[in-house]
Amino acid sequence: MDKFLLDIFGNELIKDLIIPIPLFAFVIVFALYAVLAERKISAFMQNRPGPNRVGGRTGILQPIVDALKLLQKEMVLPDRADKWLYWIAPFVVFLGTLMGFAIIPFSSIYVGVDLNIGLFYFFAVTSISIMGMLMGGWSSNNKYSLYGSMRSVAQIVSYEIPTALAALNVVMIAGTLSMQKFSEMQAGGIQNWFILGGPGGLSKVILIPFLVTAALILFISTLAEANRTPFDLVEADSEIVAGVHLEYAGMQMVMFLFAEYAQMFAVSGVLVTLFLGGWQSPFGEAVPFLNTPWMQFVWFIGKGLFFVFVMIWLRWTLPRLRVDQLMGLCWKYLIPIAMVCIFAVGLYLVL
Amino acid sequence: MKVYFKNIYQAISSILIGMSITFRHMFQKKVTIMYPEQKLQLPERERNRLFVNIDDCIGCDQCAKACPVSCIDIETIKAVPGDIVGKTGTTSQGKKKALFVPKFTIDLAKCCYCQLCVFPCPTECIYMTDVFEFSTFKRTDLLYEFTDMTPEQAIEKRKKADEYAIEQAKKKELAAKEAAEKKAAAPKPDNNQKKES
Repeated sequence: MDKFLLDIFGNELIKDLIIPIPLFAFVIVFALYAVLAERKISAFMQNRPGPNRVGGRTGILQPIVDALKLLQKEMVLPDRADKWLYWIAPFVVFLGTLMGFAIIPFSSIYVGVDLNIGLFYFFAVTSISIMGMLMGGWSSNNKYSLYGSMRSVAQIVSYEIPTALAALNVVMIAGTLSMQKFSEMQAGGIQNWFILGGPGGLSKVILIPFLVTAALILFISTLAEANRTPFDLVEADSEIVAGVHLEYAGMQMVMFLFAEYAQMFAVSGVLVTLFLGGWQSPFGEAVPFLNTPWMQFVWFIGKGLFFVFVMIWLRWTLPRLRVDQLMGLCWKYLIPIAMVCIFAVGLYLVL
Repeated sequence: MKVYFKNIYQAISSILIGMSITFRHMFQKKVTIMYPEQKLQLPERERNRLFVNIDDCIGCDQCAKACPVSCIDIETIKAVPGDIVGKTGTTSQGKKKALFVPKFTIDLAKCCYCQLCVFPCPTECIYMTDVFEFSTFKRTDLLYEFTDMTPEQAIEKRKKADEYAIEQAKKKELAAKEAAEKKAAAPKPDNNQKKES
């Protein structure tokens, strides 16, 4: 892709400007339609038809209508709010999420930028959105917003640890941090995916339970980082009204929403890349036409959307955790178990 | 340590049970009734908007008297002999109508849907319909007029009735006078004497 664009435009700068455009378009369209999917799936789970007025029975135009409505709304500045921080906060939140997309490998020919420290970059950059949350909560001059942002910071900072520990298992096996390399190493079908021990001899079977556990821990902790139910203590409508979002209206509210939904796909993308073969087809080279660069997009986005679906599914199944339960889950369960996994994988690699 | 693993097992199993339930619900039949397009069948004895079949009304005013919130307003005019009330002069059950009804209004903004006006009606001309969607933007739009007479007709009939009443009154007066004269001419009846004694 890089080379192709370089051939067309013959200029590094133009190439760099063009590469993120499809990424950005994908994030926006995904975030819009994830809202519709969320509403539809929640409706189906509650035996309702869901949005079905705009665009036929499927409500396919609903996100566009919603976006237009929200665009028309006034942007409200609360009295005695910290003006600068208040205006910037939603963009910081969205920026952190969007920057995370840069290293997500959609296909062997398309990745925003193939950093050699891709995974590290992802964990570093997605933490920026916490800063946005804290800014928004603090500057709103509202106690509920502040509660929400404080919870958010406590939650996300603690859940960074199990996330990193779970990801470390794969990093140890692969010996790299580049997202594109992770995907390439898992070539050759489902048996070579890292959740099933990665490429290697028969002895890798020992690793499977530990890697499955690590994948589960990564899923749970990234779910918490995306502030989704059952870890949506930041918003917690029934306890602290809407947390950080409380004072925001119109487009700024949309930025927060977009950030949440984009984050859902970003963390699913990382999970898929690390454990489920990234853009690799599950059939490997046996069915070559399913492993072309364009089919790789389908595989990657399909796998990502599956995890987004699981997140939505969980949201409409589970109730919210209490703050102490949240911390207990992180420090008492996820971190020790992730440690055990790391220990086991390390032992295997050394021996 | 035992509790620790038990907790993990319980958490995972209960989450899986919950997820299977919600997944099953995704493919079940929807329970929503799409209201404006789709309506529930009303119960058998529902009480909704009132309707008056003015052809059968004899203007007896019993419904207005029964109404606890006095939302029914009726005016009547006596019919002159030889005048036909309504189209046929009788109700559908063959009862003779002796009163014109130039005004029969029901203020449904006041109505409490108690159905007490329905039972006293001798001709069963006032009854509940199955219409329940009649919200309006103005409160005055809820004042329903049921009469079939135009105001001009009403004025005409009233005039006639008044004239007839005056005529009758005159006749009565005359008759009374005649009777008085007769009384004066005739000897006093016996019963008066009995009372005195």
